[in-house]
Amino acid sequence: MPKIIARTGDDAVAEAMRQINPDVVAAYPITPQTEIVQFFSDFVANGKVKTELLCPESEHSAMSACIGASAAGGRVMTATSSQGLAYMWELVYIAASYRLPIVMPVVNRALSGPINIHCDHSDSMGARDSGWVQIFSENIQEAYDNTIQAVRIAEHANLLLPVIVTLDGFIISHAMEQFEILDDDTVQKFVGEYKPEYSLLDAKHPITYGPLQLFDYYMEQKKQQHEVIKSASSVVLQIASEFEKISKRKYELFEEYRMDDADIGIVVLGSASGTAKTVADKLREQGLRAGVLKIRLFRPFPAAELANSLSHLKALAVLDRSDTFGGLGGPVFEEVCASLYNYQFPDGHKIPAVNYIYGLGGRDVTLDHIEKVYRDLEGISRTGKINNLIQYLGVRE
Amino acid sequence: MQDLVEIRWHGRGGQGAVTAAKIFAEAALAEGKYIQAFPEYGPERMGAPIKAFDRLSNKPLSLHSQVYYPNVVVVIDPTLIQTANITEGLADDGLLIINSPKNPSEIRSELNLKSGKVYTVDATKISLEVLGRFMPNTPMLGALVKATGLVSVEKVLEEIRGKFAGKLKEELIQGNLNAVKRAFDEVKGE
Amino acid sequence: MPQEKGWKSLSRGGVILEPGNARDYETGSWRTFKPVVDREKCINCMFCWIFCPESAVIVKDDKMEGFNLKYCKGCGICAKECPKKAIEMAKD
Repeated sequence: MPKIIARTGDDAVAEAMRQINPDVVAAYPITPQTEIVQFFSDFVANGKVKTELLCPESEHSAMSACIGASAAGGRVMTATSSQGLAYMWELVYIAASYRLPIVMPVVNRALSGPINIHCDHSDSMGARDSGWVQIFSENIQEAYDNTIQAVRIAEHANLLLPVIVTLDGFIISHAMEQFEILDDDTVQKFVGEYKPEYSLLDAKHPITYGPLQLFDYYMEQKKQQHEVIKSASSVVLQIASEFEKISKRKYELFEEYRMDDADIGIVVLGSASGTAKTVADKLREQGLRAGVLKIRLFRPFPAAELANSLSHLKALAVLDRSDTFGGLGGPVFEEVCASLYNYQFPDGHKIPAVNYIYGLGGRDVTLDHIEKVYRDLEGISRTGKINNLIQYLGVRE
Repeated sequence: MQDLVEIRWHGRGGQGAVTAAKIFAEAALAEGKYIQAFPEYGPERMGAPIKAFDRLSNKPLSLHSQVYYPNVVVVIDPTLIQTANITEGLADDGLLIINSPKNPSEIRSELNLKSGKVYTVDATKISLEVLGRFMPNTPMLGALVKATGLVSVEKVLEEIRGKFAGKLKEELIQGNLNAVKRAFDEVKGE
Repeated sequence: MPQEKGWKSLSRGGVILEPGNARDYETGSWRTFKPVVDREKCINCMFCWIFCPESAVIVKDDKMEGFNLKYCKGCGICAKECPKKAIEMAKD
């Protein structure tokens, strides 16, 4: 029977990894991911898993080891945060181009500098173009559920791509909440056995990973990546519906909260989504038709479905927990704007959309902050006028 | 219970404020509440003033901001009364529970508090007598349980036993349980 | 050279599935000059065999026996490295 227990986010992800029981975990500790690997090492030391745990000297080596182990045919996981992900950078791209189904929880933490250990999304957004599937989690339950689903998504025969599952540093990783943990058996059955098509250890069928491809083949290889990750949306939905059967929890590409009849809406991802929902509830009581669209699948970006869901709004705000410095606002804003630009509105109208950069380096996002965003939107929806396209939320002048 | 109760703990790094917040939340979960327990995120250092929080609700919790307007404040280190802004954001009908040998009325006048309820218990003395060392977090749990009635003392004792079984010596576990019970009995409020 | 494949027919992740398929790549077609060995001067020191980037030096019973022109690309490294100046690059 599934059980309701109280754990921190890191602890819950470690539990998911225990139940998945991967062949190889290679990881280097970094705040606020550390406890995932710490708890998981306990499981290894206590014989709860059969995993080969490698503790290399850096994240660069950790991802290198993951690539080797995955190419050898193993089910492979790691976890990281912030500078750790940045230090992995070149290998992150290689893992995706080799089509290796590695699963990596990323506990979101701001990138230096200035040095900071708290939550923002600049780390995983830095890997947004690397070819990994990226799934964001709002709370501990989702971090646990997404980690389990990620294994099946990554290893899906039509996909074979690495997957990042995010959870917000400290806000989720170090907070304790209740969540429902599935039976070990149920998870084991759900993830099943990984049967790799190729393996470097299969001496009867020798293969080569990582050949040189110049102007003659590189572009075809990139086109292959371009096409395959597009098909991830349908795989994510298929695995979600299988997961619903064992968990009774429904997952989609994004969650629409009170969006049906909303006039004003906020697009957001991660833990701030829950705070936004709380504010939407309060404003609804005051007669303001507020909605929240929480993005779950950020890569591949569900552009058409998302634009369709937003198409009836009178004004829209996108919340970004990172900046692109010199781009058009935050990365999520850019994606949403591009999605809306390509959406065929029946009457050719345009939705006024604004961007708020919030929560950098762990700056708390409060109910008041979110309420201000809705109040701004209410004004925009009435006047159609945008005074401030991109602004920092909760910053001192 | 009202729909949402928010609790703020004040302590110093190493005094077990975070652990106490977690035990309280786990006991509340066992009694059917929705819960969150989290520290004021930061590098925790021995002796540095720290805060920890609990959220308890009858409905699922989706809010993930910090606690600004607590219904209950628990101060587990008496030296923080002067240095930390312990009444910041405390609701008018809020509860202030302090580790202090003083009477609630003395604390009330020291802090110039006009409303709410003030509770005191000498958790330092209890801890030294029962555990032989300064670990004021478990007695303050007992005081919190008594003052709020949010969870039963039995459930808290059960959680403490469950959490430390096999990790602490039986003698120390028993000491912690006694500390909770004594503070539960000795806390005074007005 | 086989016909270059389109993206749909590439292996997943560019994995090479046939072992030793470098054999299909006949670098001899690149050659303008070919190495010619003077058997009188050759002492079978195997420097040419060690240095040849295409493994095109034929060795049999510990003796240097000449060059496999299917793969020799005419780079001249063997001639340069030969301590006895026994290899000369001649117009192919």
